[in-house]
Amino acid sequence: MPESLVTVAYLISGILFILSLGGLSAQESARRGNLFGIVGMALAVLATALSGKVGGYPLLFGCVAVGGLIGALLAARVAMTSMPELVAILHSFVGLAAVLVGFASTLAPAAGMTGVEMAIHEVEVFIGVFVGAITFTGSIAAFAKLRGLISGKPLLLPGRHWLNLVIVLTSIVLGTRFVGAPLESGLTPLLIMTGLSGLLGVHLVLAIGGADMPVVVSMLNSYSGWAAAAAGFMLSNDLLIITGALVGSSGAILSYIMCRAMNRSFISVIAGGFGAEEGAAPAKAGAEPAGEVVAIEAPETGDLLREAKTVIVVPGYGMAVAQAQHPLYEIAKLLKERGKKVRFAIHPVAGRLPGHMNVLLAEAKVPYDVVLEMEEINEDFPETDVVLVIGANDIVNPGALDDPSSPIYGMPVLEVWKAKTSVVMKRSMASGYAGVDNPLFYKENTRMLFGDAKKNVDAILAALREKRAAAAAAE
Amino acid sequence: MKVGIPREVHRGERRVAATPETSARLTKLGFEVLVESGAGEGASFRDADYEKVGARIVPAAVALWGEADIVLKVQPPELHPAAEVHEAELLREKGVLVSFVWPAKNGELLDRLAERSATVLAMDQIPRITRAQKMDALSSMANIAGYRAVIEAASFFGRFFTGQMTAAGKVPPAKVLVIGAGVAGLAAIGAARGLGAIVRAFDTRPAVKEQVQSMGAEFLEIVVEEDAAGEGGYAKEMSAEFIAREMALFAEQARDVDIIITTALIPGKPAPVLLTDDMVKSMRAGSVIVDLAAENGGNCALTRPGQVIDYRGVTIIGYVDLPSRLAPTASQLYGTNLTHLLADMGGAKSWHIDLDDPVVRGALVLKDGELMWPPPKVEPSPQEKRAKKATTIPPGDIVRAEKKPEQRSASGVVVLALIAVLLFGIGLVAPKELLSHLTVFVLACFVGWQVIWNVTPALHTPLMSVTNAISGIIIVGGMLQISGRFEAAATILGAVAVLVATINISGGFLVTQRMLRMFHR
Repeated sequence: MPESLVTVAYLISGILFILSLGGLSAQESARRGNLFGIVGMALAVLATALSGKVGGYPLLFGCVAVGGLIGALLAARVAMTSMPELVAILHSFVGLAAVLVGFASTLAPAAGMTGVEMAIHEVEVFIGVFVGAITFTGSIAAFAKLRGLISGKPLLLPGRHWLNLVIVLTSIVLGTRFVGAPLESGLTPLLIMTGLSGLLGVHLVLAIGGADMPVVVSMLNSYSGWAAAAAGFMLSNDLLIITGALVGSSGAILSYIMCRAMNRSFISVIAGGFGAEEGAAPAKAGAEPAGEVVAIEAPETGDLLREAKTVIVVPGYGMAVAQAQHPLYEIAKLLKERGKKVRFAIHPVAGRLPGHMNVLLAEAKVPYDVVLEMEEINEDFPETDVVLVIGANDIVNPGALDDPSSPIYGMPVLEVWKAKTSVVMKRSMASGYAGVDNPLFYKENTRMLFGDAKKNVDAILAALREKRAAAAAAE
Repeated sequence: MKVGIPREVHRGERRVAATPETSARLTKLGFEVLVESGAGEGASFRDADYEKVGARIVPAAVALWGEADIVLKVQPPELHPAAEVHEAELLREKGVLVSFVWPAKNGELLDRLAERSATVLAMDQIPRITRAQKMDALSSMANIAGYRAVIEAASFFGRFFTGQMTAAGKVPPAKVLVIGAGVAGLAAIGAARGLGAIVRAFDTRPAVKEQVQSMGAEFLEIVVEEDAAGEGGYAKEMSAEFIAREMALFAEQARDVDIIITTALIPGKPAPVLLTDDMVKSMRAGSVIVDLAAENGGNCALTRPGQVIDYRGVTIIGYVDLPSRLAPTASQLYGTNLTHLLADMGGAKSWHIDLDDPVVRGALVLKDGELMWPPPKVEPSPQEKRAKKATTIPPGDIVRAEKKPEQRSASGVVVLALIAVLLFGIGLVAPKELLSHLTVFVLACFVGWQVIWNVTPALHTPLMSVTNAISGIIIVGGMLQISGRFEAAATILGAVAVLVATINISGGFLVTQRMLRMFHR
């Protein structure tokens, strides 16, 4: 295949990737978008394979077959609640690939490069490996955190910002050693730098609190894109650059959206340690919210729901953990059959991944047109009879709006307390990931339904069914 | 522990201290519930209803009082007409009694109970703090009284409440004046509004204006610099000037309105007289006055407690048993207040009297016969505290918050300028090829930026998985390295890169597909 044709194929792939992302603007076009992506990828791989620069087909084919199989298995097996982990581990693969490509390209550089070109190439390799290594280890740390393999609590080393700075500076110094050096003596600084940036990746993620996980995951998404783009620079491959830039900016936007939804500055999340450091202290110093927690039982909640005309369900990570989305939708269906208006309200940072709740609800067959974003539904709470809050905490904290001493002050939240009654399902009175006490629980119109979310949702469902059966029998 | 629910003996009292529903809750708290036969009759609950939820019916009062560890009652103990003994004597030695007690005017009763070494909690003494709202029996009863007052007024009032245009002519709406917008007043406003009347309300505390308006009534005001918010959410007595203006207002309103409902009480004092003889005379014939303060002397000079009188065509209702006239609901709410208090005191398992609990301390009148009333002063209500807190935010905070956006935009300009300088710097030294790559890179960033903003937030997870998949394009990098000698390090590294990138590609696309298939309308 002549090189010009390969270039054209790359161009088409690039366009298909853009269309693929563009397709995600609406549910109707999303599946077609994914198809575009697949076609684009197939085209790019095929064109590369036939470009004449690639030999070793048996090896290539073997790797693709094995990798494809593993990927397919992962995709088919993963539970929707574990999507954050899958996304995180996939990020780590991109990071790893970037590191490997960087090393390979150092070990076997393309022929015919002159002094300046060589130097630039080496800088590109160095940056690519640096970003790749951060992505790789950072994603693995994020994976372990999401899996619960390590604690979700942020690890706060003394002087951690200095530590990060020292690593970055050392890496730059090592970079000057690497660029221009012959292969044998250049490899050592590169290796050391890889180790250091790997440490940096782990450290950055470990310092970030559990509630910030959506930001972390989307940030790593962004990094993986930049790593791919850096690989594109080192290999002079425009398709890699385009794709990397697309993915990088996608991740950056997602991180930005998440940060805005939590009222945090981008820098403070990247630098890490927000969730605990500033969160814990004022929570204790601040005055205890006034009022009394009023508990409620599942059957009474069922009664409340039966008497309500409009119901809004606010799911949080707790719903995902308890796998309560299926019976939850059963409840919604029952209520809907009785002519009640049932909707779901999703906060941008609910869950551990941007859009996580939407996927879980979709899995439970909740139609997406009753699943609304915060901006769409926040005004409707005053006209709502019952709000069911399931496993959410910080995203429904009124302190974020009216208590300047609250660490999450200024973060936009779902204003559930404006509804006539809100029922909060919670395991216990423990505070959320931000470690902030929630005055919502003490409001007069709030009822607490303690216990496992799944069991409680099941019990409400049973109560509703029982009442319906009784009503049917009475007729 | 055994909780006893005796039949109320007070004349005309129809409420009961536990309904079948609340006795079920008591059982859940671990108590054994004993109910005197016929206790719920007045409130339309049968013995069988109680038995159904696990309560035991005890036929006679004496046996019940003797057996119960805790007796829940509505009215303060009095002479039992059937047993011909005072109920206080029936209480077990060192027994616990929870009921309305009114310790300020029932000194003799306290002596009797003290002789039994009783522990007595007065539901009328539950402090009016936020935390105790769920046990606030006075509010529960006031709510009912307010509602019932409107119903009583309606039954004596000869016209519709709501205005109507009928084929037979126009019927004007009734005008209702509610004096005192406490719990009872607000309930009365709500009920009267519900029936369609035009409602006006007056209260000496300007703070309740919003509440009144939220119930749909007009708030009448007099302009005098004085706030009547006293301790514990009650009103205090006002100055002479204020009272003069207030009376003028009432006189004016009396000529205009059809129904007046008065709810003005000042704790520890007889109710203030707000409606004079002359005002009543000035009202139209057929008008109705309901005096909710009748028990404490009445807000109307002519009120006779417990009676309905007709004064020159104006009906003056002085019932003192309004909650009892709505016995099932009153019993339910009161019973719930009681269960909350008992739950707060530890239920049956860890029952204790915690003197540090302001609610329990407030309600506690006797502890093992020892007089505990009145309790030491309680702290101010949380609303006031909150108000104080709000005013003590240091001004620096606000200034800082206001500054932020400016700083941000300023830093944005700085970043843009830095990027521009950097690009120029690169342009000076870099070879052409790098610049063309850079062009592609920057353009792709912008395209990505534009495209991604259009992605609906609901699809952010599929977005992440699809970007996962397409960032697997790094496979191309691996492929270009794979072609060397089989055992060369670069080839091996390339092969591993291809392997992991493929995992990404297939995993990412397939899981996206799987997810997107789930989204449906």
